[in-house]
Amino acid sequence: MPAESNLLKKYTEGFAAFEEKLNGQSETSFHKVRNEALNKLAELQFPTVKNEEWKYTNVSGLVKNDFEHPLNIETVDIDAALIEKLRIDDVDSDILVVVNGSFNKELSVLSDYPDGIIVDSLANQIKNNSELTEKYLSKLTKIENGFNALNTAYSTDGVFIYVPDNKVIEKPLQVIFINGSSENEVISLPRNLIIAGKNSQVSIIANYVGYGEKEYFTNTITEVYSGANSVVDLYKVQNENENAYHIDKTEVYQNRDSVFSHYNMSFGGKLVRNDINSTLDDENITTNYYGLYLGSNKQHIDNHTFVNHAKPNCESNELYKGILDDQSRGVFNGKIWVEKDAQKTNAYQSNKTILLSKEASIDTKPQLEIYADDVKCSHGATIGHLDDQAYFYIRSRGVSPEIAKSMLIRAFIDDVVEEVKIDNLKEQLNHMIFEHLHRVEI
Amino acid sequence: MAEVRAEDFGSEEQAKAVEDLTTSEYKWGWETEIEQDTFPKGLNEDVVRGISRKKNEPEWMLEWRLKAYRHWLTMEEPKWPKVKYPEIDYQAYSYYSAPKEKPELESLDEVDPELLKTFEKLGIPLEEQKKLAGVAVDAVFDSVSVTTTFKETLAEKGIIFCSISEALQEHPELVKKYIGSVVPYTDNYFATLNSAVFSDGSFVYIPKGVRCPMELSTYFRINAMDTGQFERTLIIADEGSYVSYLEGCTAPMRDTNQLHAAVVELVTLDNAEIKYSTVQNWYPGDSEGKGGIYNFVTKRGACRGVNSKISWTQVETGSAVTWKYPGCILQGDNSVGEFYSVAVTNNHQQADTGTKMIHIGKNTKSTIISKGISAGRSDNSYRGLVKIGKKADNSRNFSQCDSMLMGSNCGAHTFPYIEVDNESAMVEHEATTSKVGEDQIFYLNQRGISTEDAVNMIVNGFCKEVFNELPMEFAVEAQKLLAISLEGSVG
Repeated sequence: MPAESNLLKKYTEGFAAFEEKLNGQSETSFHKVRNEALNKLAELQFPTVKNEEWKYTNVSGLVKNDFEHPLNIETVDIDAALIEKLRIDDVDSDILVVVNGSFNKELSVLSDYPDGIIVDSLANQIKNNSELTEKYLSKLTKIENGFNALNTAYSTDGVFIYVPDNKVIEKPLQVIFINGSSENEVISLPRNLIIAGKNSQVSIIANYVGYGEKEYFTNTITEVYSGANSVVDLYKVQNENENAYHIDKTEVYQNRDSVFSHYNMSFGGKLVRNDINSTLDDENITTNYYGLYLGSNKQHIDNHTFVNHAKPNCESNELYKGILDDQSRGVFNGKIWVEKDAQKTNAYQSNKTILLSKEASIDTKPQLEIYADDVKCSHGATIGHLDDQAYFYIRSRGVSPEIAKSMLIRAFIDDVVEEVKIDNLKEQLNHMIFEHLHRVEI
Repeated sequence: MAEVRAEDFGSEEQAKAVEDLTTSEYKWGWETEIEQDTFPKGLNEDVVRGISRKKNEPEWMLEWRLKAYRHWLTMEEPKWPKVKYPEIDYQAYSYYSAPKEKPELESLDEVDPELLKTFEKLGIPLEEQKKLAGVAVDAVFDSVSVTTTFKETLAEKGIIFCSISEALQEHPELVKKYIGSVVPYTDNYFATLNSAVFSDGSFVYIPKGVRCPMELSTYFRINAMDTGQFERTLIIADEGSYVSYLEGCTAPMRDTNQLHAAVVELVTLDNAEIKYSTVQNWYPGDSEGKGGIYNFVTKRGACRGVNSKISWTQVETGSAVTWKYPGCILQGDNSVGEFYSVAVTNNHQQADTGTKMIHIGKNTKSTIISKGISAGRSDNSYRGLVKIGKKADNSRNFSQCDSMLMGSNCGAHTFPYIEVDNESAMVEHEATTSKVGEDQIFYLNQRGISTEDAVNMIVNGFCKEVFNELPMEFAVEAQKLLAISLEGSVG
């Protein structure tokens, strides 16, 4: 494999040149982590389909490309008008802009936050060797594959959000990740760190969008620390270009009584892989995972989730729904792990997929690994097509075929969309769903 | 099944129940002293040739065995199952052992009385078999078929039911046509090993339009010290035929681990049906997990014809390590595959079992019902694959995998793989994991039923869907086995 991977070659060899461009960041304590990650990259390399976790997702086409690091290309020219276009309409939120992995303060629109709240670029925090980055950055997650290593070694920036104990950020924070370029084939490596203190609350919308016509590769990692009794909502709306590769890892560490909800809305990208992992490391924690994946044309969308119940009396709910059209391919791999001590765990997982075309396909692998006896765990997976009887019923009421199909699609995804807590976002998601599937909106 | 919050009461009795379950002794442990003609330990090409010569096999069979052996040398033992066991030294086994007097008997009187006693202990009174309606027994004592009953009755219908070595002598064309056609010699590590060194097994051929008038049954019994068993079973149901086949096993107590790598191949042609039931109760090792059987089995059926059907039912209570995925390849249009399984693990037992349903033909249907019960320090995994091919229009699958945990030192795992390439398919998978409901026990206690009986009833209820699928003769034994496994408390 390594012989064919130009990406691996470029980035295992190009570290010295990268260090020179780092502009002082190589003096920081985080730089040691980068060096370790570089070694890991050479050791782990990029996964192949022989790796059980990548069985259904072949990245050989992706790693053949030698995407350029953003430090080596002309800065992409973005203005406020474009931001206005790219932001999700009608959603009242603060705006953070990240262009090819670099935080752009000028274009960001932030409120005045109460004392102690930090909404900043991660690079700033790394540069200042802030206590928080030293404590949490790259500590919550492990490097599991070459992509994680690549991000850790070569990422320079991203967003940093810190909500101290007993504080709340009222407005949702919308982070617009703009990736790609019209000049070069680029790799975008945003690295985000979200820390929610005790009794704090924050809601984040991560909006991934594409820029330019060239192929590009977004490889992002988000680490979330959810303190005791905190409430964290993370909405991921992925609207990359159709020529994008998108690999995302989100790692969440939850403390006592916290509630973390992840909404994974996957629309764009040619090859998409999401890894969402949670560790429930104390009692009385709730974890919610909601997901929608909509495939059209030749898209390949792979969602991996892992809920680790390490302590007793916790609950996790997972609901993933997919609609696959044309020649698109879906992969779902959900794992619930219940450790020996995690008695009285309630863990539920459900994955439902509808195939709209003959060429669409889905591979699903819901897994339970349970070492405690006093638990209630279940998973369910269904795969099917639009209900013929329901369709006939609607049609017999004089509804056109297009509308009838749209109605059934809307009904199918309803229970995921309804979980979204921001009303306007719900509306916008509805638009995106029908637009992406090229169907009549209802 | 109902899921409930645990309360404090009752848990002590339950703990005791689990304890009793884990300490119940293996009933069927002893060894028969019979002279054995055994090969020295070790495996090489000469051993493969030796086995073939012993059995006076045709040349092509030997060639096939050698091809398998050479391929096996290039393979690696699979490490992906969720089981742990000490490294197997394949040179430490003897690959052939047969009772010395291979009798060609007309009546049971001529059978070695020692053997008859063994069968009696096993609960197969051969002298009563003929009176017992409906069951013909091809008893495999270690590796060679010793006696076959009811052959004449079956022969009248044109049914062939004999050992595979006999079939190689008398019906080589049938064996040649079908052997390795469902499980090729390159299939997997253990199946390949089996292909090279298989000693004996059963062969069944049901001719066109014949409904086998009785349930066919083979009892396997591992007997000689340190002899791996490599059975090979081949069942062919020709157009419009039906057969129900029973397989059951017990093994004597011993200290060194025993390897068992069987291969079972089923073929159904147009409108034919095979029902294959297994009760497996090999020695699981002592309560420390020492000395049990390694059960690495490859079972697969091919529904070649239209409207054909293959149904697997298994009750797995024995073996130290079980690694077994009976599967169905649904090639013919409208063909049906079924898998019903109860797997009980206890002490240090490990089971990684499940099924594969490969839908290729149109309108194919499959059902999977799997019940796992783990107790003691055991690990019990369901691992299954449902694959709907591109051309399998309107195919349908329903899977249900339920696990029950008894005690906090065991594990229950579910690893289903679902791959769908056809939009008209409907696939459903459900899995739950829970413990014996304490409110259920409380409810039964209230009605004057002891905790022991209550747990028994609940576990039986949990497995009922599978037991219902077993043929009458077998259902009794299966329930007995479960009762032994769960004796004193949990069943």
